[in-house]
Amino acid sequence: MKSFTIGGIHPPEFKQTSTVPIIQARLPRTAIVLLNQHLGKPAIPVVKKGDAVKAGQLIAEADGVVSATIHAPVSGIIKTIEPIPDATGYKHQAILIETSGDEWLDQINRSETLERDCLLNPGEIIKKIANAGIVGMGGAGFPAHVKLMPPEGKRATVLIVNAVECEPYLTADHRLMLEKSEEILVGLTILMKAIQVDKCIIGIEINKMDAIRRLQELAVSYPGITVQPLKVKYPQGGEKQLIEAVIHRQVPSGGLPVDVGAIVQNVATVYAVYEAVQKNKPLVERVITVTGNGIKKPGNFLVRIGTPMSYVLDMAGGLPIDAAKLISGGPMMGKPLTNLDIPVTKCTSGLLVFSHQNTSRKESFACIRCGKCIEVCPMGLEPYLFMTLTQHSEWDKLEKAHIMDCIECGCCTYSCPATRPLLDYLRIGKQTVGNLIHRQTNHSDHGQ
Amino acid sequence: MNLTLLAISALGGLALVLAVILYAAANTFKVSEDPRLDEVIEKLPGVNCGGCGFAGCRNFAEACLKQNRLDALFCPVGGNKTMSAVAAVLGIEAIQVEPAIAVLRCNGSCAVRPKVAVYDGASTCGIAALTSGNLTNCFWGCLGLGDCVSACPFNAIRMNPATSLPEIEEDACVSCGACVNACPNGLFEIRKKRSITGRIYVACMNKDKGAIAGKACFVACIGCGKCEKVCAYHAVILKDNLAYINDDTCTQCRKCAESCPTHAIHE
Repeated sequence: MKSFTIGGIHPPEFKQTSTVPIIQARLPRTAIVLLNQHLGKPAIPVVKKGDAVKAGQLIAEADGVVSATIHAPVSGIIKTIEPIPDATGYKHQAILIETSGDEWLDQINRSETLERDCLLNPGEIIKKIANAGIVGMGGAGFPAHVKLMPPEGKRATVLIVNAVECEPYLTADHRLMLEKSEEILVGLTILMKAIQVDKCIIGIEINKMDAIRRLQELAVSYPGITVQPLKVKYPQGGEKQLIEAVIHRQVPSGGLPVDVGAIVQNVATVYAVYEAVQKNKPLVERVITVTGNGIKKPGNFLVRIGTPMSYVLDMAGGLPIDAAKLISGGPMMGKPLTNLDIPVTKCTSGLLVFSHQNTSRKESFACIRCGKCIEVCPMGLEPYLFMTLTQHSEWDKLEKAHIMDCIECGCCTYSCPATRPLLDYLRIGKQTVGNLIHRQTNHSDHGQ
Repeated sequence: MNLTLLAISALGGLALVLAVILYAAANTFKVSEDPRLDEVIEKLPGVNCGGCGFAGCRNFAEACLKQNRLDALFCPVGGNKTMSAVAAVLGIEAIQVEPAIAVLRCNGSCAVRPKVAVYDGASTCGIAALTSGNLTNCFWGCLGLGDCVSACPFNAIRMNPATSLPEIEEDACVSCGACVNACPNGLFEIRKKRSITGRIYVACMNKDKGAIAGKACFVACIGCGKCEKVCAYHAVILKDNLAYINDDTCTQCRKCAESCPTHAIHE
């Protein structure tokens, strides 16, 4: 059974919601659309207070190349543009829309009929993807059109689809594969055309046999597309891990996937590409999994971007009495929320609710040098060393020890028998070293 | 007998050869140094805290010798006394600088700034700041985990468990600036020491609109501007919903502190 070879862990899967079909969520009363839902510069608003907008209408344009456009997820009036708290724990600019009806722009095709043919050339496809504001929906939010245009001198030879969904609890991608299977395959042919490759491999963990079988059946009529079942292991869905598992090539340290000829896209992103290119529909809604301790109606919901988390929780039966921790995303890499009005963004994959008993941290002790963190690190790094170096502010040594290669997956913290907060220190070490490198590069650019 | 003599002369000869090599090496690789450098270093505190902006006391001494003027050079730890001594060694004029101290621009204790979340990650302000803007509705205030306490090389900061705010010890602080760098929310400022009752500053960094700031913390600056209006010396400037008192133009008349509706101005 194919898998990545270095490290990894086997957390319990908790995929109970994989049998619940996607439910269309009700529209929120106010849509809170953050201007930064992607990696790169925040988008610049092109509307102002009082403007009337239709669903799918452009409300913010990209600021430069590494940025993304944003479209109105609902029709209504622009209430205000102001900073609101988001999942990062800080306030960022957002456009608030007071919902009124559900009117869409005329050119958006909202029918369910499958549109198989695409007569656009690669450049036109990429432009349409950029205009639709599509970003990586697996959680990182990297602007899709930038990924599809590799730097000068680098070429992709294979498109890899990340349909792994290795985080426990999350089943949104699984349901999408079962319910929109052909649309995904059409989306893949469009992407293959855009990056000019004739080979596409869909990586799926074997705990989703029904999705594997369904896609394998349908892929017969789509030349070049194959399905690769993968071992259930975390983080199988990490970009570098997936590439190793599927095509047996390791992305070099500090390098990009395209350096080994691969471009990876999340399966939800592929579906968004289908909708954008074939139905002229920009990215304004997505499927999220809502589950956890005490959730009465757990499931997968198709929600509009900008829906507050409190609204989504209501649809799942309301906030449980013993709720103590709310996570946006998965339990391994998700972000903890400090209030319920934080909105869903393009990168939100789930909302998890946990009780105090299940999430409070145990007391941490001194490092016992057991080496478990090294054993499980999927990037082959030394987390125990990183924590100590960070505590002593040894930024030079941290950089030499390859801290910038850390993917912040959490395997180390999960496995530490002394319950040391390894990932906490890794993150601050990485941020500090990253800032120092950035400052150094800028200084050398200015000839100082 | 012969063997003993052989052993002694062999080792003795070896020692002599090595001594000659060492002497030759010491002379060949000798670094010529300004003899005043060691004299200057002797006058410095020797803490190597970096408060002067240089990488340790030796580096600072080298800079003093190189520049041969003491305008932009000041050791905050040793203060005016040390700089006078250094000036004497170099035979140049000493410049007297007014003593300074670090102040914390936040008065948001547990009592006035209610918490809305519980943090149980690693106990450092830097890491807490990465995870969440704050555990209260003020995204600018003190995180209370003591990065400043650990950073201070002079043990001049102590965490008050009752208020969860750090307190600076008057006599121990030498305004080296370590706390200024350590605080992820930039809450420390180096201001003129004056007397303990002569230090007037706005103990708040909240730039949210008044209504939001006031709800998050009872002693927040709500940007009402009363202090700016009442100051006869134009020392108070209101910007981004936050007031700031200029240390150089302030005359400590206290009119601003009296006029502040939320008591955000420390006096």
